[in-house]
Order: sequence, then structure tokens, then C-alpha cells
Amino acid sequence: MIRIENLKKEFVTPSGVRTAVKGLDLKVGTGEFFALLGPNGAGKTTTISILATILKPTSGSVRVDDLDVEKEPHLVRQKIGIIFQDPSLDDRLSALENMEFHGRLYGMSRNQRGERTETLLHMVDLWDRKDDLVRSFSGGMRRRLEIARGLMHYPRLLILDEPTIGLDPKTRRVIWEYVHQSRKKWGMTVFLTTHYLEEADSADRVGVMDEGSLVALDTPEKLKKMVGPEIVILKTDPHSLESVRQYLENTFGIRDFHSEAPGELSFPMPTGVESVINIVRSVPASIRAMTIRTPDLDDVFIQMTGKNMVLNQENASPFHRVYRGKL
Amino acid sequence: MTEGVIKPLDSPIPLPAPIYRDLRAIYTLWLRDIIRLWRDKVRLVGSLIQPVLFLFILGGGLKGRFSAGFSGGGNYQQFIFPGILAMSILFTASFAGIAVVWDREVGFLKEVLVAPLSRTAVVLGKVLGGSTNSLVQGLILFSLYPFFGIHLNPARFALAVMTMFVIGLAQTAMGIALSVRMSSSQGFMVLLNFIILPLYFLSGAMFPLNGLPKWLSIAVVLDPVTYGVDLLRGILLGAHHFSLPVDILALGAFGSIMIFLAVRLFNMESPV
Repeated sequence: MIRIENLKKEFVTPSGVRTAVKGLDLKVGTGEFFALLGPNGAGKTTTISILATILKPTSGSVRVDDLDVEKEPHLVRQKIGIIFQDPSLDDRLSALENMEFHGRLYGMSRNQRGERTETLLHMVDLWDRKDDLVRSFSGGMRRRLEIARGLMHYPRLLILDEPTIGLDPKTRRVIWEYVHQSRKKWGMTVFLTTHYLEEADSADRVGVMDEGSLVALDTPEKLKKMVGPEIVILKTDPHSLESVRQYLENTFGIRDFHSEAPGELSFPMPTGVESVINIVRSVPASIRAMTIRTPDLDDVFIQMTGKNMVLNQENASPFHRVYRGKL
Repeated sequence: MTEGVIKPLDSPIPLPAPIYRDLRAIYTLWLRDIIRLWRDKVRLVGSLIQPVLFLFILGGGLKGRFSAGFSGGGNYQQFIFPGILAMSILFTASFAGIAVVWDREVGFLKEVLVAPLSRTAVVLGKVLGGSTNSLVQGLILFSLYPFFGIHLNPARFALAVMTMFVIGLAQTAMGIALSVRMSSSQGFMVLLNFIILPLYFLSGAMFPLNGLPKWLSIAVVLDPVTYGVDLLRGILLGAHHFSLPVDILALGAFGSIMIFLAVRLFNMESPV
């Protein structure tokens, strides 16, 4: 569905030429659900803008459904639906009128427009507000309307640039359900950038982008395996931290320590140790708490880019197992 | 790639011929402007206040003072009526450019730019929408003509409406051409005043064109709006400074050049 070859994009800015995308190569298959992660300024939105025929590549080739985005932008545009990071609604029109406008531009018949508008506005729970001006909508409602609009013309490729920011969990779930249904129904391909790692978790493949190029590309499972086995986090007295570290290094040969908070020590679970309890029991200091978690995409992200994706570490993974108190 | 993916269906929307697709898109863009105009009736009425003040207060106040008789034998109020019509159209039409800048600011322009229509269709849709808008404004003012002792047969009436539409078309296109590089609507307002006010004042909307100082008469001849005002005055009052063919040619050329420029600049700005 998508074939990107050696894509480069440079911008001329007052402070000189800035290269946003540096030789990107990427293929996404038809019907695939692909997620692109990356810190701010990694070049994700630039890549998406080129896919969506808003920006021209500086060099390299980008094809969507075997159509060149530079040579046949109209045909490409008919095939893609896009939900932008920033708002793109006419707030002086009603929800219905925004949908109508979109349907007309994409050449849908009156019946098709009516039918799709009804289905999709029900899906995003805006049918009761269909005649209200978008001006009166909250941020979340606008977002939902944009998502409904992006799906309206049965796009072959749905591009989602940070689509679910500001949405409540229930709406997010309903929208994802519908997106996955659409994938099944007409083989829609999904290209997503997101900061919600659990959304990327259900992708077929994840690409991690940093400073204009891909630094990792694989299934979420394989990427997590690359990071290593389970990660153990110990909480102890800040001044006995060093002795605990020394002990673990000497006894179990652990080297790869991280400290995510004061008095906290995290390391990958060493091989050959039956249970983490064995480690904790033998440590000659008091351990206040211990957490074991499987590596998540955040760990992948940190390892690949050296940057932290989610600030809230505690909620990073649903796989937390917490043991509290002295063991 | 994944399990459970069914072989892709073709989009159920048939792909129309490019021309048909663009025509429909132009209509869609035009329709949006009309809906917005209708919704914003306050602005529609509000923007009539200024020209009405000019007509009744300035025109009424000076009518008795300037008794010298204007070409065609009318009074000053009659004389400025076509000029005020042109002014109203000029300002409203230029607002179409602001609408484009505004669409860019609020992000709606992106929705249009990723849709399957050519850039040319985007410009033509906006030009048509803006000029219809200014024509509606112009027609409301125009309907006051019986109050000024102006009599029109149906042919002249139709000609006057057509002329107003063409003036609007040219001005809207100019506004859109100017808006291409602008990203802030405030900045655009300033730019617009720089251009629109001189164009208006030099057009002979408020004063007769004979017996002017040399420098002023040169500036007047160079101002494209002059010919629109002169044509309108010729149709309404039967008195014009230039000949009819000159007016029509100049107005037509101005309109065509502006539309061409708007399309060119817009295509250059968003090239894909």
C-alpha cells in the first residue's frame, strides 16, 4: 500500500537548511496496521504530510497503492483519509455540513453521503448534535467529528496523526473498534503516529523514528524481546542503593542498571535465576518495594532513541506486578 | 501482512473524470461560502451601513453644493451612486482573500488541500464564492436606485448586474492572489488597506475625471478599478469618461489577469 524509498525532506529556515527526513525506507502492506513512534521533531508529521500530498519530497520516491504522490496526487488523495494532528474543521458549519462538504469533495452521491454520515455520526456519538455548529463543540467532540469525516469516503489508507489525544477511554475504544472493522471490511490500511503506547501495541508492525530516520522496525513483540527479558525495579534506602548495586553486580553479574527515581534501581532479570524472590531474599539491605514488568514499547523507545516517551512511568505498562513491604 | 485481512475491495465511490470532479468541487466550495454568508446575516447588514452613509449623508450633503451639473446632467448623489456600488463590491470581494487566510489559520484549508480536486478548482471555487458574496451585497445597495431618480430598462438592469459581478470576480481574485503568502489575517488586513484604498480613491468613484491635475489623471488611468466604475456609471447614468469598448476591455483584462495570477500563485504555494 505504501512504498517509501530513500525519502528526504529539507526545509529552508532562517537558521539554515534543516533536514526533517533523512533517507527513509519503508513498506507498508495492504490491510496492515502500522504505527510510527518517535519523539517530537523526529519527522513523523513531515512523513505523513508527504504521504498525504501536502508536502513535496526533496528527493526519493513515495508511492501509495502504486501511485506516485508527486505525479498523481489526485488519485492518491481519493484513496487516503487523514486525521490531522491540528484541527481542520469549519467551525461556522454544523457537524452535518462538515460531513456533507467532505462527501461532496470526494464525489459521493447524495444517498452515500446520507448513509455514511448517519452511520459515522452515530459511531462517534454526535448524531444528536448533528445540526449544531462546530463552534459550540468541545475539543473531544471536534476530534470525534474529524475521525468520522476521515473515514467517510471509504479510504484505502487511513492516516492518523496523533488521533486520540484528548479523547476519553470509551470513545477511544469505540473508534478503534470501528477502525478495525473498516480494515476487515474493505482492507483499509492504517498508518498511525501516536503517543499512546497501548495503541501502538496492537499494531502489526511498529517503526521507531528518531532524527529523521527509522531506528527500529518490527512487530511489537519482537521489539520488546530485543530490549530483553523482564525488568526488575527495586526500591530501597537511597544510601544503601550503592551497596545493593555492588552486591547484585558481584553475585548475579548484572551490569545494565538504570535509576528511574531516587532510591530506585532497575535492571533486566538475569538469566539462570529461577525466581526474582531469590534475588531479593539474598540482598543484604532492606527492600521497600519491588516491581517486575515485561518490557513495553516505552522501553523499546528509550533504548532506541535515548528519550523518554511517556512522562508517567507508573502507568506505562499494564503488566505491572507489585510486591510491597519487606520481603 | 496480518491474519484476518480480507482481500481489498475497491472503493465503492466511482472515480469521475477530472473535469467533472473539479466542477463539482467548485460548486461545493461555492456552496460553503453561500451557507456561511447566509448564516452571517449580521455582517451582511452591517457592511451595508458604510456605503449607505456615504450615499445619503455625503451624497445628500454635497448634492446642493455641486450644482455645476455632472456629465449626463445628474446631481452629485446620482454621480457617486455607481462609485459607492463599486466600493461596496470592492471591499466585500477583497474579504474573500481574508477568508482564505482565515481557513489557513484555523486549519480548514488542509481539509481542502488533501481532497481530490485540483488547486485551480480550489481558487475558482473561492473566487466564485467571494464574488457571489459581493454581488449579493452590491444588489442590496443597487435596489436603492429608484430613490436617486435613476430609471433603468431591463437591458441596462441586466448589464449593470453583470458588470457588478465581473468587478467582484476581479477583486476577489486579487484578494486571493494577495492572500497566498499570508499566514495572519491581521497582516493581511493591513496589506489590503494599502492596496484597496488607493485603488478606490483613484477610481473616480467620488469625483469626475475631467479637468484633473496631470499626475492625478495619470494615476486614474492606471487604476484598473476606474474602468469598472466608469462602465457602471455609463450603464446607470448614460455618462462615461472612456468609451464603452475601452471600459469593457480593461475590466475584462483586469479580471482575467487577476484570476490567472491567483491560480498561478496558489499553485506555486501548494505545489503538489
